[in-house]
Amino acid sequence: MFHWFEQRPFFFSVLLFIFVAFAGIVEVIPDFAKQSRPTVGTKPYSLLELAGRHVYIKDSCNACHSQLIRPFKSETDRYGMYSLSGEYAYDRPFLWGSKRTGPDLMRVGNYRTTDWHENHMLEPASVVPGSIMPAYPHMFTNMADLDTAYAEAFTVKTVFNTPYDIDLDGDGKVDVELGDYETAIAKAKEEAKAIAADMKNQAVKDAVANGQVPQIVALIAYLNSLK
Amino acid sequence: MQDGARIEYDYSIAKLFTFATILFGIIGLTLGVVLAFQLAFPELNHLAGEYGTFSRLRPLHTNGVAFGFTLSGIFATWYYVGQRVLKVSLKESPFLLAIGKLHFIVYFITILLAVVTLFAGITTSKEYAELEWPLDILIVVFWVLWGIGIFGLIGIRRERTLYISIWYYIACFIAVAMLHLFNSLEVPTMLVSGYGSWIHSVSMYAGSNDALVQWWYGHNAVAFVFTTPIIAMIYYFLPKESGQNVYSYKLSILAFWGLMFVYLWAGGHHLVYSTVPDWMQTMGSVMSVVLILPSWGSAINMLLTMKGEWQQLQTNTLIKFMVLASTFYMLSTIEGPIQSIKSVNAIAHFTDWIPGHVHDGVLGWVVFMIMAALFHMAPRMYGREIYSKSLLDTQFWLQTTGIVLYFTSMWIAGITQGMMWRAYDEYGSLVYSFIDTVTVLHPYYTIRAVGGLLYLIGFFMFAYNMYKTATAGRVLDKEPVNASPVAA
Repeated sequence: MFHWFEQRPFFFSVLLFIFVAFAGIVEVIPDFAKQSRPTVGTKPYSLLELAGRHVYIKDSCNACHSQLIRPFKSETDRYGMYSLSGEYAYDRPFLWGSKRTGPDLMRVGNYRTTDWHENHMLEPASVVPGSIMPAYPHMFTNMADLDTAYAEAFTVKTVFNTPYDIDLDGDGKVDVELGDYETAIAKAKEEAKAIAADMKNQAVKDAVANGQVPQIVALIAYLNSLK
Repeated sequence: MQDGARIEYDYSIAKLFTFATILFGIIGLTLGVVLAFQLAFPELNHLAGEYGTFSRLRPLHTNGVAFGFTLSGIFATWYYVGQRVLKVSLKESPFLLAIGKLHFIVYFITILLAVVTLFAGITTSKEYAELEWPLDILIVVFWVLWGIGIFGLIGIRRERTLYISIWYYIACFIAVAMLHLFNSLEVPTMLVSGYGSWIHSVSMYAGSNDALVQWWYGHNAVAFVFTTPIIAMIYYFLPKESGQNVYSYKLSILAFWGLMFVYLWAGGHHLVYSTVPDWMQTMGSVMSVVLILPSWGSAINMLLTMKGEWQQLQTNTLIKFMVLASTFYMLSTIEGPIQSIKSVNAIAHFTDWIPGHVHDGVLGWVVFMIMAALFHMAPRMYGREIYSKSLLDTQFWLQTTGIVLYFTSMWIAGITQGMMWRAYDEYGSLVYSFIDTVTVLHPYYTIRAVGGLLYLIGFFMFAYNMYKTATAGRVLDKEPVNASPVAA
């Protein structure tokens, strides 16, 4: 029966496409809406956290650290409660990773502090002797891109209805405020000051005091939000 | 028209892509060796500031090998094999020749831009789909150009029936087009908001959905970049080089359509124990095991093609390359399903056994087959004898040793780490801290790096041998029919 197709390239290609596409149609499409429903308490990232997430992605932290806790006792003992689908509802892209050269970070905000992250990024072996992680001193001097973070937050709010500026839990207050560009940037800089207060690096503190946001500050805001 | 020698084929595009294959092969493999040494000796991360860290180089390595080296190899062999099995020369169609050249130019520019953007840290973070949206569009452009090339040539063919290799090239074209289009759907944020970087985009899918689409893509990029086009090559080059017919036509059909139907299901095995629905994880596991049948079907068909002619292994080094490639294909396609079984996956996932698996597939199967194909093409394209047999043999053994060091060390490293992560003492506490499970891997990382280095040296021998063949090999008076001539 397939012999007939081998002399008719058009029909061959159509049949091939059906064979290849079939699995995707059955496997990927169902449950698509259900999968993206947020768990109670899941909130979108603040502007500063989003800028930190961009730093995380830019330096491919996900190449070595996963953000997916599997439902095994050895993992829940080590990292905390196993992952639920709805916890990732505002993750675009997902950052599960595929290789743990370093430990999982899904709930790293529960057990590491700003101070620890600061030391870790500057000299990993100072907090974890034997660590093979590279140091990231450039994060202390390069500035985070708040404009692009704002662009992303605005885009997901507009296009995907990500709940910024909305009262999610019904307590009468907006949970994650975005607002317009000026408000959002000003608020991110306020958040940055709170992070910098817990840091030691004087250059970073000075930069934040001058209204700048070094990448390390944004990255730590993001890592602290992982809970 | 039975005698192919009467058509004068045009190799100009095949030669361009051959050059690209060697160039990107050197870049991609060198980066790989650097990464391997960085894991064993972390100080090496700091040789080039923020641009030299493992995290920046890792996507460059994977993209360099997958889309620089392998795609070039696929295109090089297509522009050679396509004309021959369809019995039509590109010279007969100035249009298709021009499209082919444009294909090369757009492709080459895309890869160069990919290198620049990845160095700068511009990435979507999705594995094997890291490039941002303007480059995604360029990929669509050169892919469409290739499609015009394929179907244009098929349209003016003299051979009515499409040879098996053509099936696999078409499969590569159609499936990658579909995967790339759906996985790369993203919204450029500046176009919506008017702020920020113009190159930045946000994925159309969120969380678990994004993961599902990404691994549906990611696994099948392996299927349709690292598998089907390489099978296309071996189905053409092994019978040609050995002078033997493909063992079984029926087996070819069964293996081809089986592979097409089953492969796409297997992506779910990347998500075992994740938050995607259980039935998808189970389907991924089960279908991965079923996938052994079509994979081994092809591999057995290749090996049995040598039936009664095994003495050629002693006389023809290119046959040795191709038989080793088939063998590693079998190894890799039994290893993958084993890793997909839930209980094994629980140990193997997130460990070095996974890069071990990828590399025995890519180093043993993909790179070996592409090198053999280019060696077979060289005497026909340049009308010259392969420059050196001793270099060819040395390369073979050096690289084989390299692969063995690579995968054995990574198997041990992966299983060791997987077992240490889950070890409990008699009081019910975890025995090892995470860093214990990292420091224990140092010897294996060192062995892997040495294995990679041997392989890289072998690749330089290949590049040198190809260069000398093209420029200084003894000129042939007529095209060889089967075994490629090699200077003693």
